[in-house]
Amino acid sequence: MNWKTTATAMGLALLASTGLARAEGVLNIYNWGNYTSPDVIKKFEAKYNIKVTITDYDSNDTALAKVRQGGTGFDIAVPSQTYVPIWIKEGLIQETDPGKMENAKNIAPEWANPDFDPGRKYTVPWAWGTIGVVVNTDAYKGPANTWGIIFNTPNELKGKVNVVPEMGDVMFAAIKYVGGQQCTDDKAVLKKVRDMLVAAKPNWIAMEYNTIEKMGAGDFKATSDWNGSALRQRLANPAIHFNYPKEGYGLWSDNVVVLKEAKNVENAKLFQNFIMDPENAAGLSAFHRYANAISGSDKYMPADMKDAPEVVIPADAKPLGELQKMCPPETQELYTKIWTELQK
Amino acid sequence: MATAEEVAKAAERRDVRGRWLLSAPALLVILLAATGPLLIVVVYSFLAPGAYGDVKWQFSSDAWTSVFLERDIFDDTLSLAAAHVTIFWRSIRLAGVTTLATLALGFPTAYFMATRSEKTRDLWLFLITIPFWTNLLIRTFAVLQIIRNEGIINTILLKLGIVSAPVQILYTDTAILIGMAYVYLPLMVLPIYASMEKLDFRLVEAGYDLYATRFKVLWKIIFPLVKPGVIAGSILVFIPALGAYVTPSILGGGKNMMLSNLIELQFGQGRNWPLGSALSITVMIIVMVALLAYVRNAGKSGVRHG
Repeated sequence: MNWKTTATAMGLALLASTGLARAEGVLNIYNWGNYTSPDVIKKFEAKYNIKVTITDYDSNDTALAKVRQGGTGFDIAVPSQTYVPIWIKEGLIQETDPGKMENAKNIAPEWANPDFDPGRKYTVPWAWGTIGVVVNTDAYKGPANTWGIIFNTPNELKGKVNVVPEMGDVMFAAIKYVGGQQCTDDKAVLKKVRDMLVAAKPNWIAMEYNTIEKMGAGDFKATSDWNGSALRQRLANPAIHFNYPKEGYGLWSDNVVVLKEAKNVENAKLFQNFIMDPENAAGLSAFHRYANAISGSDKYMPADMKDAPEVVIPADAKPLGELQKMCPPETQELYTKIWTELQK
Repeated sequence: MATAEEVAKAAERRDVRGRWLLSAPALLVILLAATGPLLIVVVYSFLAPGAYGDVKWQFSSDAWTSVFLERDIFDDTLSLAAAHVTIFWRSIRLAGVTTLATLALGFPTAYFMATRSEKTRDLWLFLITIPFWTNLLIRTFAVLQIIRNEGIINTILLKLGIVSAPVQILYTDTAILIGMAYVYLPLMVLPIYASMEKLDFRLVEAGYDLYATRFKVLWKIIFPLVKPGVIAGSILVFIPALGAYVTPSILGGGKNMMLSNLIELQFGQGRNWPLGSALSITVMIIVMVALLAYVRNAGKSGVRHG
């Protein structure tokens, strides 16, 4: 091959690669790890001829800090409801008005107009869930629908309880257990909370995230946990049950937003609309194991989720759930101090 | 007309200048990369925390005050930051105990290796480095599999009927120490071995010839000669052990914070970056002081022993 043919071949290859990229289009998603259904992504790619890349993060704080710095190249992120108002306030996301998109009619009424994004001007529901108490009934047969399992541990479970170390979630539960309101800065309540937590800690064995494996192996016999995690545990061991604490439990929801710095805004909007389709929403749920907020998705849900007590909240427990909010910075500071005191 | 000497001098000057110019980019990169991030940490420690992470650009010494002092949130009194002191002390103690444990295991190991024949020595050295081929996280999880309630140790103990219920090792301080000693052992063995290998064992023989006891030979001959290795090993173990994060979290269950967890909390859920920065610098200062004291001490004794 002489240099002319080589050059021509190289030129053609270059042309082909850039041309390809332009024709197909891309979408860069920034989401929690192990959370995005590959099947649904494949379907989206095929339907719109868009190449999707997914990058993982492990906490809301990480995602917020990174996007704040700018230049990430991401089009879409999936912050939790507590963080969405911060993303809006700091101008990190754009108003794509998903509430007016074609598939918006599918959003379940209780999720159509949430406090964190009135009228769904920025966000599309990705998943929602609850935080409760998981107990292995082989180890403890008593009533478990109470935060008392964690904070006033029954004898059978002493030294076998784990607490997932999410400061906000633990404070929410502890405040509920002593009869306070979420995000309270009432010193009398917080003093009770602190004393109770410090007294409860000797009964815990660990404060870890890795609950699915440890509950399965029997290192833990009870834990505070997210419902989707509890579902996976029960499928592995039928003796493990998720309970909705009667003192009140937290609700959370993760939401798809389009970043202000997004380069592929139209593709991102297509994606927002795409996942509000009941079949696609069910596809997402089948993978991440949490409920979606899309009506009509139940008939596409996998059989083991259709009436799983972890996913479908029983009628009597429904009124006890409360959407968790972001506490003001001054309150947060108090909580951090109690948290440090607890773990010192 | 310039003399030959002048020409040579000018050429030399050009040469020197050329060398500086050529090395300048590399020097600049190293200088910036080494001091830049550190400077940012220092600056951040004197700023106010942003509402939801990050910092507010206004001067504040609150972060430094709260490293050492805390205002009780209930009665508003100012007192020594007991929680921070407890956590600092826990980390320092753990690093110290880890250093001692690795020394106790590493010294005989290095001695054993150094007293083998030339050929087998290389094999032993090779074996010591094998754990480094695997990621720290994976090694820690391997330890977890060994000591957990359904793990290898407990299964064997139960099968042999030595215990009737599994011994709770996981999530105790013992578990953390086992993990730390395992992870940091090679860092202790290698420098001691390097010193030990150079040791002239004729000196040991001479000691025995002069009726020294075994202990005397060890303490008066071997130890002083391999002391540089022991010191290097101790430093190599102590410093990373002080900042250990993965091993205490996984094997200790995360109930009790280590220094690194405390710092991480400030940058994560605690959203107090200035305090996190101030804590990081405090750790650095502790390490630096310990190091200086060590090196000075070592220098002095080095002279004494010739």
